[in-house]
Amino acid sequence: MKSARTTLGLLLLAACLAAAPARAGDNPEPAPPAPPCDVPAYLLSSESLLPKVTDAVKANQPLSVLVVGSRSSTIPGNEASAYPATMQAALKEAFPSAVIDLSVELQGKSTAEETAGTLVKLVEAKKPTLVIWQTGTVDAMRAVDPDDFRTAINDGVVALRGAGTDVVLVNLQYSPRTETMISAPPYLDNMKVVAQQHDVPLFDRFAIMKQWSDAGYFDLFSTSHGVDLAKKVHACLGRALAKFVIDAAHLGPVQQN
Amino acid sequence: MSSIADPIAGSPAADAKTEAKSEVKAKVAAPAITLPVTGERELRLDLFRGLALWLIFIDHLPTNLLTWLTIRNYGFSDATEIFIFISGYTAAFVYGRAMLEGGFVIATARILRRVWQIYVAHVFLFTIFLAEISYVATSFENPLYSEEMGIMDFLKQPDVTIVQALLLRFRPVNMDVLPLYIVLMLFLPLILWLMKWKPDVTLGLSVLLYALTWQFDLYLSAYPNGFWAFNPFAWQLLFVFGAWCALGGARRMSRILSSNITMWICIVYLVAAFFVTLTWYVPQLGHIMPKVIEQWMYPINKTDLDVLRFAHFLALAALTVRFLPRDWPGLKSRWLRPLILCGQHSLEIFCLGVFLAFAGHFVLAEVSGGAALHALISVCGILIMCGMAWIISWYKHSADKGASKRGAAGNADLAGGGA
Repeated sequence: MKSARTTLGLLLLAACLAAAPARAGDNPEPAPPAPPCDVPAYLLSSESLLPKVTDAVKANQPLSVLVVGSRSSTIPGNEASAYPATMQAALKEAFPSAVIDLSVELQGKSTAEETAGTLVKLVEAKKPTLVIWQTGTVDAMRAVDPDDFRTAINDGVVALRGAGTDVVLVNLQYSPRTETMISAPPYLDNMKVVAQQHDVPLFDRFAIMKQWSDAGYFDLFSTSHGVDLAKKVHACLGRALAKFVIDAAHLGPVQQN
Repeated sequence: MSSIADPIAGSPAADAKTEAKSEVKAKVAAPAITLPVTGERELRLDLFRGLALWLIFIDHLPTNLLTWLTIRNYGFSDATEIFIFISGYTAAFVYGRAMLEGGFVIATARILRRVWQIYVAHVFLFTIFLAEISYVATSFENPLYSEEMGIMDFLKQPDVTIVQALLLRFRPVNMDVLPLYIVLMLFLPLILWLMKWKPDVTLGLSVLLYALTWQFDLYLSAYPNGFWAFNPFAWQLLFVFGAWCALGGARRMSRILSSNITMWICIVYLVAAFFVTLTWYVPQLGHIMPKVIEQWMYPINKTDLDVLRFAHFLALAALTVRFLPRDWPGLKSRWLRPLILCGQHSLEIFCLGVFLAFAGHFVLAEVSGGAALHALISVCGILIMCGMAWIISWYKHSADKGASKRGAAGNADLAGGGA
């Protein structure tokens, strides 16, 4: 086990050396400074728009982001390293002069239907510019009827739009160890359908993580009990999500990675 | 797929009447269904069932190089459709004969015995699954997946879980086909009995049930929550259609199947489906698809056997029957032998495939390997399936020679569970 982790570390180090000679001195183990988490461009671009985000950033107003999600939107005990926080950091890096507020609302065991009912209240309380709604995992684990799931996502998106915010949907994690237990495809498909219908940008977390796993960046099969892997993956997810938001809001090319 | 069009063998006189679609007159006619004379084995059925088994196995493994060979990447339908159709076809063929010769009770008794075998196989697979899950649950505590690990909660209540599994209500992913098959087989006596009376009406009732399923959202619930991943109310259509083809329907359709118009409709549909599927895998092409069509078409519902999937299967089957004649010499070639052997022992090989898929997941999880290892595991799995099929057939033909009467043995493997 230990040797596997060392090997992974060495691999990451080698990838860093190859990818970013300037940072060659970094040791990838403790913090995740420059993880090799390339994502194909098509997974980071969307035809759908985020007009409210565009306006806020262009008008130099504070950009308030609300992440609504389940437990996979955090790392237990390491919230500051989870993807919402790393996304906020990446957005700040991209717009140094902008104020970027982040709030995270975790609803650990709620299905999409249960969460959808709370969205309007949340928006009224926090008045976000953008709501990032991560969902699907709980529904897949409980094998909720995919049609009901689709209706719930649909209602949630309509409610959020009605409340005057932009929406980004985030789908399930790619979790190879539980592939034989959790059937993700119906939920992935239905989120795609709703995203298409309402022109909502969908951040395809599943495809992106699968890409990293296939490319050997991360060993997502790993049984490691430590939080290192989780931190690295979330660091990459946060950056990718920031890029995705910037692209969908048409805020131009940003110096990332 | 396979022998849709072909009369498996000679056509009794009753056929002419049925063909005339004289549903009123047919009442008097002796048997409404026509069974082929026992003749040579229909190797195309075995071939395609074997193929379906291989594809199901590959689809159950994590995506790898070989996954690109499976038909679900090139159209709407996948191996499950082939499998259920052929199962309906062979089951009707074997037990339909039993019903004509021995009567309703005898046929029902034999069907129930088969159902029991499939049920035992399912329970056997479930114990293996439970072992795998328990292992994963105790060895895997990655904080990245703390949420997903919640799926193991059922292990906290093994008593309830196991009873629910025996009731077919708790079914892990990838173990949905056998319960579907069990339910379909349970209704086979009724289906055959109706078919004996009026095949077309039976098929009509099946279509009606399918339509009602879509209209009123009929489904079977599962444990701890959710629904059956293959809705039997919808998937019965494919099974009954298979039975209908086996009992003379195929022959009556032969004119439609041999027409060029049918062929071109099928080709156009398959090509269109191919391009749609292409946009899933090459998302850069996504914008080519008109939004209106996307909104009308998606989601393509596998649980309820979407019409698009059913039509895709029909098109594939129609072309196969047209271009792969029953007496194609290739069917006897050495190269197709492994596939055909697998198809001939479908229940055993199916179960082995599910087991090997679990084992493959396990190996991949323990040995973090690259694409090459993934592909190697798939290939090994297929080789093991072939080896096992060969051993089983050796048992049937050599080891058990004399012990079993030809009839019994022949029936068992032709009806070949095939979940």
